[in-house]
Amino acid sequence: MKRSLRPLAATAAIFLIAYAVSVLQFPGMLSTRVLGNFLTDNAFLGITAVGMTFVIISGGIDLSVGAVIGFTGVLIAVLISWLGFHPLVAFAIALGVAALFGAAMGVTIHYLQVPSFIVTLAGMFLARGGASVITQDSVPVNHDFYSAISDLIIRLPGGGRLSFIGLLMVAVFLLGALLAHRTRFGSYVYALGGNPVSASLMGVPVARTTIQIYMLSSVLAALAGIVFSLYTSAGYPLAAVGVELDAISAVVIGGTLLTGGYGFVLGTFVGVMLLGLVQTYIIFDGTLSSWWTKIVIGVLLFLFIVLQRIIFAASAPGEESPEKV
Amino acid sequence: MADGEYVLEARGVLKIFGNHVALDNVDFGLRSGEVHALLGENGAGKSTLIKILTGAYQPDGGGIYVDGAEVSLDNPLHAQTFGIGTVYQEVNLLPNRSVAENLFLGHQPRRFGFVDFRRMEADARALLANYDLHIDPSSELGTHSVAVQQIVAIARAVQLSGKVLILDEPTASLDRNEVERLFEVVRGLKARGLAIIFITHFLDQVFAIADRVTVLRNGTLIDTRQLDALSRTDVVRLMLGKDIAFSGATDVEPSETPDEVLLEFKAYGRRRSVLPFDLTIHKGEVIGVAGLLGSGRTEVARIMFGADPADQGEAMVNGKPTSLRRTTDAIRHGFGFCPEDRKAEGILGDLSVRENIVIALQGKLGWFKALNRDEQLEIAGRFGEAMDIRAASLDMPVKLLSGGNQQKVILSRWLATDPAFLILDEPTRGIDVGAHAEIVRTINRLREDGMAMLVISSELDEVVAYSSRIVVMRDREMVAELRGKNINPGVIVQAIANHTDEAVA
Ligand SMILES: Nc1ncnc2c1ncn2[C@@H]1O[C@H](COP(=O)(O)OP(=O)(O)OP(=O)(O)O)[C@@H](O)[C@H]1O
Ligand SMILES: [Mg+2]
Repeated sequence: MKRSLRPLAATAAIFLIAYAVSVLQFPGMLSTRVLGNFLTDNAFLGITAVGMTFVIISGGIDLSVGAVIGFTGVLIAVLISWLGFHPLVAFAIALGVAALFGAAMGVTIHYLQVPSFIVTLAGMFLARGGASVITQDSVPVNHDFYSAISDLIIRLPGGGRLSFIGLLMVAVFLLGALLAHRTRFGSYVYALGGNPVSASLMGVPVARTTIQIYMLSSVLAALAGIVFSLYTSAGYPLAAVGVELDAISAVVIGGTLLTGGYGFVLGTFVGVMLLGLVQTYIIFDGTLSSWWTKIVIGVLLFLFIVLQRIIFAASAPGEESPEKV
Repeated sequence: MADGEYVLEARGVLKIFGNHVALDNVDFGLRSGEVHALLGENGAGKSTLIKILTGAYQPDGGGIYVDGAEVSLDNPLHAQTFGIGTVYQEVNLLPNRSVAENLFLGHQPRRFGFVDFRRMEADARALLANYDLHIDPSSELGTHSVAVQQIVAIARAVQLSGKVLILDEPTASLDRNEVERLFEVVRGLKARGLAIIFITHFLDQVFAIADRVTVLRNGTLIDTRQLDALSRTDVVRLMLGKDIAFSGATDVEPSETPDEVLLEFKAYGRRRSVLPFDLTIHKGEVIGVAGLLGSGRTEVARIMFGADPADQGEAMVNGKPTSLRRTTDAIRHGFGFCPEDRKAEGILGDLSVRENIVIALQGKLGWFKALNRDEQLEIAGRFGEAMDIRAASLDMPVKLLSGGNQQKVILSRWLATDPAFLILDEPTRGIDVGAHAEIVRTINRLREDGMAMLVISSELDEVVAYSSRIVVMRDREMVAELRGKNINPGVIVQAIANHTDEAVA
């Protein structure tokens, strides 16, 4: 097996084992209802994590996504409830704003050579601050369109329901995988993560690609904000605080190397599901404090980082037999 | 000169880094159907000129002309659209991506907007077959040897070059057969009317393939000449501005074998890497290691240094059994190792020249005996001068040095530790003729001072010039040990070839 696939295989195996153990303990967890809710409850996290996967593969990081979710939620709530825009128009505006925001971060990162960590940290404060300036309170959204969307469900045998937003996340993952693995843009992203100097000398349009990567991440965060707004029917400036860290965790647990260059979009899906499983387990248990989620995620993260180091150190390039030329 | 005479031309190009003038009013013209060698000492400005001709750097003055029309090349991709393909000196391509993707990145065949992997891999296989390289195109590039990666880089550039092919020291890590194969490809392209720029420090190769030469010295153009009219000495004189004595095959009288044994390896080996070998190394002895690339030369060095620990046999240092399980063990016993792939293993690009030179010495002294800045400068200055390192300042980040000068920095790093046993893997790769002679002299001097050394080199003349004994590697096995006065390149080739007769299928 290719070594870059190994962490992913490990995640998938851990997920299956963990799920099997949970089901043994709580047979109720093996139901279409739980599975359906899995997708719905994690939709906004999953969509964010897709964008984060691209950023991390390219060797960067985006700390602004949680704040962009919060900002988007407030923006569309205000546009719909206070200014009377149709939700679809509000969505389009929010996505456009996010695209500009991401482009600005990408431009700063590329042209001013500032580490992405710093730029997106600034972006995070900006977006969160911006949201709080618009309003301090939760702004409810009551619109027929919202109820129409939440009625859009596919019923599964066994009482489960696939919601629109759950399916949207699945679609985003599939499109993301296609983009990462089957397009030139995707190959440029990996190239940047591998070695930016080589990439630019090989003719990768580094500036354009960097800007596109951060645009993609911000736009997907805004899409997650829309999903979050559909999910909660409100916009709140402090919504989704810390989601950037959950997204990074999901990406790393899904087998993407934090230093860039290696990773899979569908691995992130498994990562998100694993995080969701931990949460569901804790809900089923009922006695555990929800802080256990954090502890388990911490342990998982640590485990995966160690695992990746071992896998990548054990088969460092050049160690394999130099073949006869 | 008439416009249109040159396919690619630089007129009056100026390039300034900080306050260092890397190129000063340089003219350079390339005709189609010629192989044009670009020569000069380390730091003369060859790579800089290439980067300007391909849009990787922007000139601070002067202009670039393609087919007589002035162009402004924004980036390498832009240059590629003019049919200019380039192998840059310091580029390793992308070790994290597949071989096929490295060949076609940016030009991947597409179907319905998506990369067509099946076709890309088939194309890659066909392309590499021209170089007799039969590897799985979907394998990760980083899992292949440096030589294979180099060939992939060349194949990529050739395939991109519709008009101009630029090769900046492409042969540094190739063996003779591979170089010959590359030259066949180059001759074929030349016959098709391509213009080719070829940079190397191997003068033999220049004479074997080039039609014209352009010589740079310290950023200025010395001359462009037809090669037929020049001799080797003429070329060297143009490059250095003075004559140098060639060390050639000086058979230094191997002073009767020194008898103080420093190291003994008995049935030492590592599974799947090197078959067990026996080797005794005395103080004041230089062991040359010859063999084709991939024959296990580097692997021998790595297990001796503990970079890959041995899993069989025993090692004795000064007569005492010793375990060399990691590099720190080796360093503690006074070993030094200057690796082959300086880009990946040796250079700490963001640290200064001074820090790069003293770092191993500091490691040996321990962190409690920190060298102060003056001591560091003194040491770095001494080696900088001895090795003729061309850097604007000792405090400049080493990644900004020219390729050859980086190599000299690494060599200085290990010499500064004054090791008891020094392993050098291809110490003269990418180093200009002047410094080359200097390194050979240094090796000889260190031997006389009683240092034991193991030197791996593909330059047989050079190995002969400094080795007291030569071991020959083939297929991960030490197959011969040559000693005595009458070692010469011919004998070594025979030793390598003798065994190649039983060739593998
Ligand atoms: N990015 C940079 N910043 C500062 N100085 C630089 C930079 N790139 C090159 N230089 C300097 O310009 C000079 C010319 O370097 P260049 O790489 O062109 O040499 P070269 O002729 O290719 O040498 P070599 O044979 O060692 O490869 C060197 O003195 C080098 O230190
Ligand atoms: Mg150079």
